[in-house]
Amino acid sequence: MSDAVFVRKGVYHDSVTLMRVSRALSELPGTEVAVVAMATELNLGLARDLGFELPAADPGDLLVALRGPDTATAAQELDRHLAALSAAGPGQETEQPPLTTRSAARRGGDLALVSVPGEHAFAEAMDAIESGLPVMIFSDGMPAERERLLKERADERGVLVMGPDCGTAVVGGVGLGFANVLRPGPVGLVAASGTGAQQVSCLLDQAGVGVSHVLGVGGRDLSAEVGGLSTVRALRMLDEDPATELIVLVSKPPDPEVAGRVRKVVESLRTPVVEALLGSGADLTAAAEDALRALGRPVPDWLSWDGSRPDGVRGPLVGIYSGGTLCSEAALIAGTGEFTDYGDDAYTRGRAHPMIDPTLRLEALRETPPGAVVLLDVVLGHAADPDPAAALAPAIAARHATVVVALIGTEADPQDLRRQAETLRDAGAAVFTSNARAARHAASIHRGNQS
Amino acid sequence: MTLLDGPPHVIAAGAGLLADALAEQAAAVTGVTWRPPLAGTAGDLARVLADPRRQAANDLAVRRLTSARPHLTGVRRASEVLRQAEPTFLHAGPPITWERASGPMRGALVGAMLFEGYAHDEEEAVARLAGGEVRLEPCHQHAAVGPMAGVVSPSMWLYEVRDLEHGGTAYCSLNEGLGKVLRYGAYGAEVLDRLRWMDTVLGPVLSAAIELAGPIDLRNMIAQALQMGDELHNRNRAATSLMLRELAPAIADAAPGSASEVLRFIAGNDHFFLNAGMAAAKVSTDAARDIPGSSMVVAMARNGTDFGVQVSGLGGRWFTGPAGVPDGLYLGAYGPEDANPDIGDSTITETSGLGGFAMAAAPAIVRFVGGEVADAVAATRSMYEITLAEHPAYQIPGLGFRGTPTGIDVTLVARTGLLPVVNTGIAGKVAGTGQVGAGLVSPPVEAFTAALRALAENAADPSDP
Repeated sequence: MSDAVFVRKGVYHDSVTLMRVSRALSELPGTEVAVVAMATELNLGLARDLGFELPAADPGDLLVALRGPDTATAAQELDRHLAALSAAGPGQETEQPPLTTRSAARRGGDLALVSVPGEHAFAEAMDAIESGLPVMIFSDGMPAERERLLKERADERGVLVMGPDCGTAVVGGVGLGFANVLRPGPVGLVAASGTGAQQVSCLLDQAGVGVSHVLGVGGRDLSAEVGGLSTVRALRMLDEDPATELIVLVSKPPDPEVAGRVRKVVESLRTPVVEALLGSGADLTAAAEDALRALGRPVPDWLSWDGSRPDGVRGPLVGIYSGGTLCSEAALIAGTGEFTDYGDDAYTRGRAHPMIDPTLRLEALRETPPGAVVLLDVVLGHAADPDPAAALAPAIAARHATVVVALIGTEADPQDLRRQAETLRDAGAAVFTSNARAARHAASIHRGNQS
Repeated sequence: MTLLDGPPHVIAAGAGLLADALAEQAAAVTGVTWRPPLAGTAGDLARVLADPRRQAANDLAVRRLTSARPHLTGVRRASEVLRQAEPTFLHAGPPITWERASGPMRGALVGAMLFEGYAHDEEEAVARLAGGEVRLEPCHQHAAVGPMAGVVSPSMWLYEVRDLEHGGTAYCSLNEGLGKVLRYGAYGAEVLDRLRWMDTVLGPVLSAAIELAGPIDLRNMIAQALQMGDELHNRNRAATSLMLRELAPAIADAAPGSASEVLRFIAGNDHFFLNAGMAAAKVSTDAARDIPGSSMVVAMARNGTDFGVQVSGLGGRWFTGPAGVPDGLYLGAYGPEDANPDIGDSTITETSGLGGFAMAAAPAIVRFVGGEVADAVAATRSMYEITLAEHPAYQIPGLGFRGTPTGIDVTLVARTGLLPVVNTGIAGKVAGTGQVGAGLVSPPVEAFTAALRALAENAADPSDP
């Protein structure tokens, strides 16, 4: 057993990529612990907590800390991974890759997707705006005054800023960020919430209704500080889009003055608007149903698969979520229980989003007391965990708990909605494609036990 | 086409996973090879990038830099141009004192003392310089530049270059040739003899010839030389030939008696054009000075001890760090241990989009940058990442006549961590040695982070455009 710790200068890869490398190394037979991460304060702290002695390093350096009987093999594997990551494509030896969004924009492009660490996202987003390009800011952690500044500059340029903290968008049929595979259709979404937009659009898809575009605006857009600039622009863009026949506006509780401004814009549009104001009792499923009715389409019985064993319920109701909006919707509907959003900043610093990396949620699931009612969400689509049920099902099967899953996805998603549902059902979970219904079901089981 | 009209071509900066997800959908993706900015610069970067003046200021700065039309209009005595009341020598780089001056800088200052007759011998020259009897001021402070030590004394002849677009004027000394020369810190008898010949023959003949030939379009000459394999810093063979061709008839007309020795002197020095090119670069970058909010570099210069930069939006302030020792090829038996830290104002060529930035134009000297033509191409290509524009007139045939990368932006240096590629000659560190080699040098990163900090401190409030 030995530790091998070293620092590589001038090697940068994003945290998700490095976590995949860490995981691959830690699965080697001669390795017990493998930390491959940029040497940020946070990551240095994590490695120190694991008992590693660390040399001095800058946040721009790559930190490697290995423990096990055969760290040499792990180090060799690391070199192989890093070489593969930085290998240039054929004929690219003399081609300079763009190092900034500004440089990439000079070579052409229609839209920038920024997912660099939050404190650096402003520079890349500003590059896009100054190049006259709309930008989706997936990164979170940007101060509100910078968000406002970006949106003001974007307004001068006539371009849209989606985000920050914008998890999903669909533009011209291309899914950005965490994006479901949706059929094309007449509904345009403007959403202050990523998972909120995913829930509504997936239910519409299930009802046979497609989307034209899904435009995120960022959770703070309707605050007094930001002033709704992106919401207004997105509404106007969809109004002018010939493919959009109905707009669904998914918003978070707005500043009253901003709400008034948005209302005026909504009233001036030619395209009808269905509004879903989160946190006011209106749930996402109801919003999807309102949209279907506005289109004159029938509301189906939302798909569900019940494999739960609600016997022996005696514990608390526990919500283990990856989507913030889904989490608060479920908590509001259930009216009781302990709900945690593992997609919150507090849990994603220095690690991947729970839609990609299930580790934290699996730990939380293992720690639920016997007899609990557990409510959790599984979000499918591009960029999400390629097979979430594979890790969840055994954990569910091993618990003496009643597990209810809100499964957000479409039949066309790469993970295969039905296979995921059936795997979770077979493990003993009740699976709902509507988060609201999942929450009601969980609450009623929990209440049934209490009464 | 508006955003919603079809599948967008996406520029993806950040998590590889999200770019991969786009590729899986067969969407057109350009990946940004993003990395964190230089350590400790994130806050300053945000403040500078939020400065509402920045983009327009930089657009204006780089437009002025690239639209300048430098013309060689004359050759004049420094005393006529500088009109200093007390004895003053100009020198390369940011301000320096005798105490902090390196070997070649001291050697050149001693040579200038002897040349001007301010001292009878080396010992007296050193004593007077150490006693502060001669003022030392940067060339840049007087609209001038000087290669290597860049020492200009009152009776030396200077090129006068005017920017016919914006009206500025810049000066640079005449090139003495290679080997044991004053600018590399040599001051032996042969050095002083040559300076005296330049004083009495070369200067007056060139002055008369240029008067006859009329203003010479240096922008045009530089553009042609780039297409003939010069990068205008370490290779000036084509530009020198072009200049000789332009001047020869006028030299013959102006001074039939000394024409042959003057023409032979010019023809024997492949770097004769360098000083005229530097004055052209200086007058172009000066056109971009003093634009509030601009983060564009308008001067990079070294005095053999410090490497300094000046930024358009920050007036005449210097931001410095220790000058590095160049990495390069050495003459004869000299080696890295003989090399002085980086010296000279000739980095004005890189500042204006030439030199190391135009390396791809000069395959003949690729051994300075690693040996292969691909290295030269890579050096130029990387500089597009830290510059604001491509020069409309200075083009590189091998890159499909793409304009050279021009206008270094301090924020882009901090964001990419890429430092300007600088070609340079290497001076011997012992006073009196002269040139020992040529190669590449990296500027100190702190000069750029200090400039960024000052830009952040001077940034305008974003809410008050």
